[in-house]
Order: sequence, then C-alpha cells, then structure tokens
Amino acid sequence: MIRYLRCSAGIVTRELSRFVQQRGRFFAALVRPLVWLLIFAAGFRSILGVSIQPPYETYILCEVSITPGLAAMILLFAGMQSSRSMVYDREMGSMRVLLVSPFPRWYLLTSKLVSGVIVACLQVYVFLAIAWFWDIRPPLTGYLAVFPALLLGGLMLGALGLLLSSLIRQLENFAGVMNFVIFPVFFASSALYPLWRIRESSYALYLVCAFNPFTYAVELIRFSLYLRPNPEALLITAGWTVLFLALALYGYNPQRGFVAATGEGE
Amino acid sequence: MPEGSFTALLGPNGAGKTTLMALVTRLFEAREGEIRVCGLDLRRASTAVLARMGVVFQHPTLDVDLSVDRNLRYAAALHGMSRAETRRRVEEVLERLGIAVLRRRPVRTLSGGERRRVELARALVHAPSLLVLDEPTVGLDIESRRAIVEHVHELCRRDGVAALWTTHLIDEIAEGDRVVVLHGGRVRAAGGLADILAAAGTGDLGTAFRMLTEEER
Repeated sequence: MIRYLRCSAGIVTRELSRFVQQRGRFFAALVRPLVWLLIFAAGFRSILGVSIQPPYETYILCEVSITPGLAAMILLFAGMQSSRSMVYDREMGSMRVLLVSPFPRWYLLTSKLVSGVIVACLQVYVFLAIAWFWDIRPPLTGYLAVFPALLLGGLMLGALGLLLSSLIRQLENFAGVMNFVIFPVFFASSALYPLWRIRESSYALYLVCAFNPFTYAVELIRFSLYLRPNPEALLITAGWTVLFLALALYGYNPQRGFVAATGEGE
Repeated sequence: MPEGSFTALLGPNGAGKTTLMALVTRLFEAREGEIRVCGLDLRRASTAVLARMGVVFQHPTLDVDLSVDRNLRYAAALHGMSRAETRRRVEEVLERLGIAVLRRRPVRTLSGGERRRVELARALVHAPSLLVLDEPTVGLDIESRRAIVEHVHELCRRDGVAALWTTHLIDEIAEGDRVVVLHGGRVRAAGGLADILAAAGTGDLGTAFRMLTEEER
C-alpha cells in the first residue's frame, strides 16, 4: 500500500515541479477567466441582472453569477491542457516511462489525472482570491466546502481530457478539440447564464445545456461555494466522472483500447 | 537470458525489434502466445516482471524541463521506492555512470550523449535484474556510442544485470555476447558469435548479417 502512495506522490510531485517550472502557463490560465470576470461581467452588469434563484438569497450581479462557471472554466481548460500534454507525452515518449511502471495502468493514469486536478484547483483558488477583491465574497467556509466539488468537477473534466487523449492520434489534431469540445461545452451550459433564461430563448438549446455534464459541475461548484447541497449535480457529476474514466482507461488498455488499435499509443 | 549476459537483438530497420520491445515491456499486449521474463509469465505477473526490468527507449523520454535528479526521483517513485532508498540509489547510479556532476542540471542543457547516460541511470535506479535497451545509441556520435556500449557491458560483468540490446549496427556487438538475428518478425539465427557465423557459413559477422537478412530485403 505504501508503495502505491509513494508512486502517486511521485506523480503529483512531478506535476507540481513542472508547474513551478512553467509559471507562465499558470498565469496564462488565469487570464482567460479574469477577462470574463473583469471585462465581460462588468460590461453586461446592467443588461444581465440575475433574479433570485438558489443558492443565492437575493438579487445578484452578473459577475457573482458567472464566478462558479469561470472556476469550472479553469478546470475545463486544465483538463484539456492535460489531454494535450498526454498526447505530447505520447508523441515525445515520456508517457512510456509511466506505463512501464510495475503498478496497474488504471492506477498510474488515475494518479496522473489527480495530479493535474490538484494543480487546477490551486489555479481556481488564486482566481477566487482575486475575485474576492472584486467583491465576489461567498461565505468563508464556502471556500473549504467548494474543494471537494472542485476536485470532483476537475476529475470529470480531466477524465474527459484523458479519454480524448486516447482518441487523438497526433498533437496537430488538438486544435480541433478546442473548437469542437471546449467552446460548445462551455457556452452550452449554465456557466454564463441561468438555464431558465436559456429555456425562454430556445427549448432545444435548453435540453442541450441540461444534458451537458459541464452544467452539473458548474452547479455543484456554485452550490458548494454558497454552502447549499445539490444532490442532483453531485450524482450526475460523479456518474459522468465514472463513465469518462472507464472509457479513458479502456482507451489506454494495451490490448483492447483505441490507443493499441491505432498503434499511436506508443 | 542468464544473469550477467549481454544479448544483442540484431536486425535491420523494420525487423520487429521495437515491436518486440513494446511487447516485452507490456506497452502492447500480445494477442496470442506467451512471453516469459525472468521466469514469469508477463500477462499473469506483469507487476513482478516490470519491477525487475529497467527500460531505455529508442527515443529520448526524459523530462527536459526538470533536472537530472528530479527525473531519476520520478522514476524511483514509479517503482514505489522510499525516500532514503531513492537518495542512495540515485547517488550510486550517477557515480557509477560518471555523471554525478550533472545531477542538478536541467536535462535541456545536456548533450545527446549525456542525456543517454541519464536515461541509462534512470533505468537502473530501481536496481533491475534485466535491462532492456531499444537502440539506445541512435543519434549518438561514435565516441558516445562506444561509451554507452562499454557501460552496459560493465554493468553486466560487475552487477550481474542481464541486458537485452537491440541494434542494427554490428560494431556494437562484442566477443562473448549472445546474438539473436531478427528479420521480418522471425528469429533467423541465435547463439554466440560462432553460432551465427556457422549458421550463415561465413567468417565475417557483417556478411553473416547480410546473408541472414537478405532474401526478403
């Protein structure tokens, strides 16, 4: 058991070392949500007032409403970044070093996934700290309560990234992921606008948003941050996490998976 | 492969050397047949097999953003080694390979030959009994190639490590090595140098290699 923990600790330490080496990447990841928060939300403050709806107990401003969505956006980009780095590692060969470890492959890949999520959670906390100065101030205990939600949401999006990395053959194809996964997943969700508003405009789009797993990660983060339970979001996020992870591990199976089938895994 | 032996898997490009390495290291899984490493069935006891095996890949796999020390520590963690054991083994292998001075250097700043030696050190950090090296001298100059070949022979002699070395260069094979000639995914000849020469009916290894791999080229 202790050997397993040492292995996981080694993978997390490596990820943190890389993160320290690449501080620019860390700050670049913060720019995107901050632009949304400081510019977009300020600009749309008067147009997009949000009425009282759980978990909020009063009328809220646009920036308060989109902050959980922007936190989830950091996790989404981190998940896709980790997918990109896995494709890169596979092309450059460093993935092999991981895969020839004596530990089970599912354990190695899950540890790698968790290490990426931990780094992403650090980014979210820095973002929330900046947002605090922008008068977005959930209860202090909310910052603690949101951690498991961030972890679960991060795992779900990281597992999606892992699955994509098992399907993508080459790094060049990664740009396609940006267009066909990140943007639809982010915009067709409750990250920027409440679902009831979307339903008013288009019922079909509302159904798409309601099916989107990202919506539930956003809602889980939103409710946790304001210390309100949301069992529906919790269950659905957990369910998608298990599904994405199972498919990703299948994809990395040396005999049956997509990677072996395409021969691109090695 | 007996303890302390050096086995050269010799074959032209496309012979199946890297595929065989991928199968032996469980990167790919064989759909049929059985692979036994250190007396163990790879499919059933992959954990035990991989714990005994050190691997140097054909293409560089070091993390260039990290230091030599960090790369080796990462490899040790992937084998579940304790901190004290890791510190001791990292020092030991770096000393043994004559690269202790590189320990704090980022891999990005190292030459090709130095990187190869670091990869070798990384493969040895968990004290494997079998070292698998897939064309480890690709892209190196003559002097660096010679140094790597000598290091591995030295490891076999002194530490009793068995080495499986793939190459298409006959000058990397030394007297006393075991040789397996592979072509088209099949073993064409195997044994000591004398056996290979006898199988081809010639007295020169270069000619023997050409003859044994000729008909389908």
